[in-house]
Amino acid sequence: MNWLWPADWSWQLDGWIILAGVLCAVSAALVGNFLVLRRLSLLGDAISHAVLPGLAIAFLATASRSSWPMFLGAVVAGLVTAGATQWIRTAGKVDEGASLGIVFTCLFAFGLVLIVQAADRVDLDPGCVLYGAIETTPLDQVSWLGWKLPRVVWVLGGVLLLNVLAVGLLFKEFKVSSFDPAMSTALGIPANAMHALLMVLVAITAVASFESVGNILVVAMLVVPPAAAQLISERLGRVIVWSLLIAVISAVLGHWMATVVPRAFGFRAVSTAAMIAVASGLLFLVCFLIGPYQGLLWRWWQRRTTAAEMLAEDVVGWLFRQEEKSAAADTVVRIVEARMGELASSMGVSTTALRRTVNRLARRGLLRNEAGGFQLTAVGRDEGQRVVRAHRLWEQYLVEQAEVPLSRIHEHAERFEHITTARMREALAEQTEGTERDPHGSRIPPEN
Amino acid sequence: MIWEWSISWLALPDDLWRVLSLRDYNTRVVVLGTALLGAAAGVIGSFALLRKRALLGDALSHAMLPGIALAYLAAVWLGAEGKSVPLLLFGATLSGLLGTCCVLGIRHWTRLKEDAALSIVLSVFFGAGVALLGIVQQTARGHAAGLESFVFGKASALAIEDAWVIMGGGLVCVLLVSLFFKEWKLLCFDETFAASNGWPVVGLDWLMMFLIVLISVVGLQAVGLVLMIALLVIPPAAARFWTDDLRTMVWLAGVLGCVSSFGGAIVSALLPRLPSGAMIVLFAGAIFLVSLLLGTRRGVFYQAWQSWSLQQRIQRQHLLRAMFELSELQEVHSGSSVGQPVPVDFERLQAMRSWSKRQLAAEVRRAISAGLVIPLSPSQLRLTAAGQQLAARLVHQHRLWELYLITHAELAPSKVDRDADRIEHVLTPEMIARLERLLNASQQGGSVPVSPHPILPPAAVEPAGGGRP
Repeated sequence: MNWLWPADWSWQLDGWIILAGVLCAVSAALVGNFLVLRRLSLLGDAISHAVLPGLAIAFLATASRSSWPMFLGAVVAGLVTAGATQWIRTAGKVDEGASLGIVFTCLFAFGLVLIVQAADRVDLDPGCVLYGAIETTPLDQVSWLGWKLPRVVWVLGGVLLLNVLAVGLLFKEFKVSSFDPAMSTALGIPANAMHALLMVLVAITAVASFESVGNILVVAMLVVPPAAAQLISERLGRVIVWSLLIAVISAVLGHWMATVVPRAFGFRAVSTAAMIAVASGLLFLVCFLIGPYQGLLWRWWQRRTTAAEMLAEDVVGWLFRQEEKSAAADTVVRIVEARMGELASSMGVSTTALRRTVNRLARRGLLRNEAGGFQLTAVGRDEGQRVVRAHRLWEQYLVEQAEVPLSRIHEHAERFEHITTARMREALAEQTEGTERDPHGSRIPPEN
Repeated sequence: MIWEWSISWLALPDDLWRVLSLRDYNTRVVVLGTALLGAAAGVIGSFALLRKRALLGDALSHAMLPGIALAYLAAVWLGAEGKSVPLLLFGATLSGLLGTCCVLGIRHWTRLKEDAALSIVLSVFFGAGVALLGIVQQTARGHAAGLESFVFGKASALAIEDAWVIMGGGLVCVLLVSLFFKEWKLLCFDETFAASNGWPVVGLDWLMMFLIVLISVVGLQAVGLVLMIALLVIPPAAARFWTDDLRTMVWLAGVLGCVSSFGGAIVSALLPRLPSGAMIVLFAGAIFLVSLLLGTRRGVFYQAWQSWSLQQRIQRQHLLRAMFELSELQEVHSGSSVGQPVPVDFERLQAMRSWSKRQLAAEVRRAISAGLVIPLSPSQLRLTAAGQQLAARLVHQHRLWELYLITHAELAPSKVDRDADRIEHVLTPEMIARLERLLNASQQGGSVPVSPHPILPPAAVEPAGGGRP
């Protein structure tokens, strides 16, 4: 376990770093959910670039690095970004993405010019804004109310509290205005005000996170956990809970990856903030692959089991038909190993798939392996009868009620038979007025 | 962030002329290199904008970072020179294309939208890149490599080799754009139609995205991330305000990109403490603002003027039609000769529509100065011959539409006036001709058909002047 938990980890240092990462990731994910819902994910990117002039003006005006003017400047810049984007979009009919791109690049450039103009007076570390310096979290501690905590933890804790309060108190309002602005206005919830409030929260979160994770990596925290959570659940409440969970895991995992993984290759630790982004990307990948209903592996598995299920039904149906034909001769119908290849190709599957299906049917007690071949058990015969009944009822129905040409009914019935429930069979029998025979003249077996 | 452009000061030029004439070698390389890049980015950016992929360049240029770092590490591991430019560009291209694949994959296989896909790729790839750069820094020669400034651009320290690379990339772009212009045009405006006509839509799309990657790779190392995004997005968006024609838009975007790069680089060379990258973006932003306001196709002022002049035309047409219908009414009432302009009372005119005395008076003044109306006395006026002709045409259109609604849309005669009132101003001559052909049978001859409903609004009908059938 030595490589898992490096010996020089200490809660005094790494604990604070992880806590800062968690606070940052959770507060960003909380508001990020609504950004993703409103299809405004890129606004996070834009705002985190565009707050630069706000910060620069705050620096120039106060000649200090105190937090309050910084926050104010950033919030104003964030609102300007959102407002200008909106204006360009409506007044100039410019595409959303393009208007964002225009606004944030221009504001960023303006901020840069301001900073360079005032390079003598302002001590703004550019590396800090781009990459963040989460590793220095434990170094700068501040006492307040008798608690001595790192300054970053105070700030991020405050932001988290603000976001929790805003989202908690206005959850319904945020939800309605995100999904349906028109309805929200009709309900008396000002959609525009909610939008502006969300922008303020995003701007505040982005600014508070700069110092720790930098302005591009905060986009990962805003967007990736909510996006991953959307792949897991479809209910907003659950999506938010999942996104917070993913945010926490990615922060912890990120710090672990930053300190442990490079060491495995003989390097020193790398930036925790960057690794938090990578970790959240990995978690997104996991959700992308195995997420219920939407995940790639999930869907692949679904398709596989459905196909296997259909093949099993085809097999018992085939056996039932064969028994029907040979009922007079009173012989037992078997699937023998030697003829499995022939049967498989007539069903359009591989021999391996057929053999696997037959074995599974035997395990489930629908087939019995006797005298070198598989034959139907009583349970299997009932199942086969249901399948064949469904098939022939469908054929009769398609000819009688839907007026499908005789040559086409088999292929339709072949598909429908697998999704026909007892109640549907009943309804079909009613519709076909209890006909005894299907259009091909075969007897429709009774319900069992 | 500051080294996203890696500001190194240009030596302050002795005078303006020296900069403008590009006598200084360094200035020449920087100005021409960025101008070329601006032109190429504008051209390919136009297609990206129309495909609603403006910010793909944003995601891509961030996604190139891990490729660059990995290429460097691989080269060092194999014992080669890590800073080899072609190798790094190759890594950047691969990683950019991988990012594109991820964006398309997320969009294809999940419910997430484009914006989320772009943000995810942008931030996660960038994180991986920063982490890998951390490793690069620790390798023996990592510091010497200065990979960061290489990645984030050095517009004001552009070397001649970079200018050549930009020129090569730009030429490839322009060449491919001119080769595939028609196909991409189709792709931008009607993808489904292109696919149904058998065009290889996916291949064309990929080629376009490859060009965006290419120009970003070429530009990144020269001018940096944010500037590259700006050059891809802003000039095409600005060009869109001036034209509806794709060909014009593409070359205009190229020119605007070129001009903003040129202007930004010159200003930055002239004045101290103005980073060239930021100045180029701000120049482009200024051009965009001017285009947004003044553009002759979609500009804000153009649109406002359009709607104002339409409003004016509607007001005038209302006045003329009201006068015509009123005089028509009086003719029937007094039995005077048909078709001759009759003096009309101002008071009765005002009762025809819901307009205030002031509005009406102002409109009458404008019509008088346009020679369509003659004042007879303070309270009476009359249409001139030209006014009468114009008014007859308007009334003709109005009643044609009313008849059409009654006979073909089966609306009640009492409902058609308001609808025709709105549509009459925008009927084209072709539509009038079609209406005339269509309604030929139901017309009783004469240039102006008879109104199918009472002309005066019920409240204004006087006992003597009563509604006509």
